[in-house]
Amino acid sequence: MKQQLRRTMLYVPGNNPGMIKDAGIYGADCIMFDLEDSVSLNEKDAARFLVYEALTSLDLGDKEHLVRINSLESGLGLADLEAIVRTGKAVIRLPKTETPQDVLECEAEIARIEEAAGLQVGSTNMMAAVESAAGVLNAREIALSSPRLIGIAIGAEDYVTDLKTTRSEDGIELLFARSAILLAARAAGIDAIDTVYSDVNNEEGLRKEVQLIRQLGFDGKSIINPRQIGIIHEIYTPTKKDIDHALAVLDAIQQAERKGSGVISLNGKMVDRPIVLRAQRVISLAKASGVLKEGVYAQD
Amino acid sequence: MELKKVGISGTLESSDVMITLEPGSGGIEIDLTSSVEKQFGDAIRKEITSTLKSMGVTNAHVTAVDKGALDCVIRARVKTAACRAAEVEYAWGGGGQ
Repeated sequence: MKQQLRRTMLYVPGNNPGMIKDAGIYGADCIMFDLEDSVSLNEKDAARFLVYEALTSLDLGDKEHLVRINSLESGLGLADLEAIVRTGKAVIRLPKTETPQDVLECEAEIARIEEAAGLQVGSTNMMAAVESAAGVLNAREIALSSPRLIGIAIGAEDYVTDLKTTRSEDGIELLFARSAILLAARAAGIDAIDTVYSDVNNEEGLRKEVQLIRQLGFDGKSIINPRQIGIIHEIYTPTKKDIDHALAVLDAIQQAERKGSGVISLNGKMVDRPIVLRAQRVISLAKASGVLKEGVYAQD
Repeated sequence: MELKKVGISGTLESSDVMITLEPGSGGIEIDLTSSVEKQFGDAIRKEITSTLKSMGVTNAHVTAVDKGALDCVIRARVKTAACRAAEVEYAWGGGGQ
């Protein structure tokens, strides 16, 4: 199965035809059409129609598309689901998730719509965004609440406001939340997606933040400007040393399999499952970054 | 779907189309302004007409100011304007009428 990379998840305002039309050309791993905060209250209907029509008729390629809906609580979320689930082409990103119940309520509506629309029940995936102290404390239960979830994300602006603080350059105020989200994601076997870095002119700040979240273990980051894609993908690109090691690990496995050997070793060290998984991830990132083509390091 | 008042949607930004729908009585009349009218005028009129018909709108005066909108944008803006003009919520599961 092809591993879905989610290094960059580009927010695209749902009522902007020009940005929707061009969203796919910048090379983000995922496109996220937004029906929530970037759409004014009196244009919610227009954005819903526009995103529905775009999803059903534009050539989306094999890129993953998500739609951030309005919360069910807002009174707008149900109509968003009615439209978007019917396309059968987008992951539903649920905003402001505080409890597993929020996921389950949304899931029940999705299942009802899938059935009514003749879609396979369970075919629509979801992603939960956690944006409050209560949500972070419930991160594990949220992440484990539904098999439809492919990831959990942190939304920092609302979260730091809830904590009665603000965002700082080193992000110390987000450390607990990021760690909690990441552990919840890993316990559930799903992706962890970091919050947006909103100062689009501060490349150095973005670079530091991406280095931090990559080291923590995050799969990627939501972004608001295509200019941020290159820096993030660069930081997520494995080094030549990492790639060479990963190729050697995978080669050792193949050799061991050919010999029918159960124990695999490389340079005298045992290769066990975590090492294999890390090697596979390195290769997948290397291929996505274009530095590895047909098993050969392309920048030699 | 019966139009009750003027319904407007879309903007004059590039890649968008601004649709103004007014209740009419003589079928669907379209007043189109587009920088690509020579090449795409007929296609745009056809898209507007078929979208309105799919929603059960048979009488309307349409003013469309096109800024290079794709077909999917035209359909979205026409549907939005029609629901606003008819003062109805779109029935996603029921053909929208």
